[in-house]
Amino acid sequence: MDFDRVDKILKAYGMKETHLVSILLDIQTEANFLPREILSYVAKKLGIPLSQVCRFATFYKAFSLKPRGRHVIKTCLGTACHVRGAVKVLQTIERELGIRDGDTTRDFKFTLETVNCLGACALGPLVVIDNDYYGQMNTTKVPKMLKDY
Amino acid sequence: MITIRLNGADVKVEEGWTILEACKFYGIAIPTLCYNEGLSPYGGCRLCLVEIGEGHRAKLASSCTYPVEEGLAVHTDTKRVIETRKMMIELMLSISPNSKVIQDLASKFGVTKVRFKIRNEECILCGLCVRMCREQMDGKAIGFQKRGYKRKISTPFDIRSEECRLCGGCIYICPACQLRCQGPEADTAVCNACLTMDPTCLDHYDELQCWMYDAGRCGTCVREKIEKEKTVSSKS
Repeated sequence: MDFDRVDKILKAYGMKETHLVSILLDIQTEANFLPREILSYVAKKLGIPLSQVCRFATFYKAFSLKPRGRHVIKTCLGTACHVRGAVKVLQTIERELGIRDGDTTRDFKFTLETVNCLGACALGPLVVIDNDYYGQMNTTKVPKMLKDY
Repeated sequence: MITIRLNGADVKVEEGWTILEACKFYGIAIPTLCYNEGLSPYGGCRLCLVEIGEGHRAKLASSCTYPVEEGLAVHTDTKRVIETRKMMIELMLSISPNSKVIQDLASKFGVTKVRFKIRNEECILCGLCVRMCREQMDGKAIGFQKRGYKRKISTPFDIRSEECRLCGGCIYICPACQLRCQGPEADTAVCNACLTMDPTCLDHYDELQCWMYDAGRCGTCVREKIEKEKTVSSKS
């Protein structure tokens, strides 16, 4: 992602500080994560301190300061999923991919994240990859699910 | 000029003042920690809580951020306020027991025990350093990062900031940076040594020896008050 593209996004939001979250979301969608130099650039262009931009970028879970994989796996660890064995599902995914929660595989294919509730408790234990829902998960279904990608 | 009811008395205050400023003007002491005259109010430490409103509709509000309004009823020392204040000091003590400022507050307001797990985090997230850097030093180098229990104060990306001029303003204003009198490895989480302050020099001299208005600095005043109390109670 180059600075021209960032300029375009900034201009689309009228260079206003109030739209910082939307600007960061757009950058995140395009670049897959929030690179440091781009955050500094945004801060400079909007005329706000970098510490302020970083405060937003680290506050929301939607933002990532580390490069993320092409597919983001979200494992639900909410109460309903938890009691139905979401932890075991998570452990299986971790073992299959060889990464821990929050990490990205070395080939940048998957990023593993945990969420606290996806609001689809009837489907629990629930795993979401990109925008595909995998309900009623168990440990045996995990390798098959990962093979789809 | 508008009128508010401050502890039951009608007083005139300037419009645009906060409750804290009004109380200060009329000489009512309200403890503060995250408030500093040169910085914008933050309302984070909750020590300056006062009760506003009357009767069962009374609610607690931080006086440093609450602007005065016509007919506002303020009570600064109700049971509820004092108990909440003590609870806040206790909570802050459990987070940062090595801070002299918080230990002094504990002694002043009679907090003698901590019922929470001691966390030794050395930061109570009062935001004084952030505001100091931003508003007075024009540095804007540090800020809050992350959220919830991971919230912390740091430079962007946790690396040495280019905007930081190492002025030390953040350390100057930090209430947790000044270590407590007994040092960081004291036996108990709550000190309360100031509660046992009792000039021992009067046993030997006719006059107090602390001319520098630094009572207790030499450390001789701190004697075991418990023993003394025991003897008093046994006599009576």
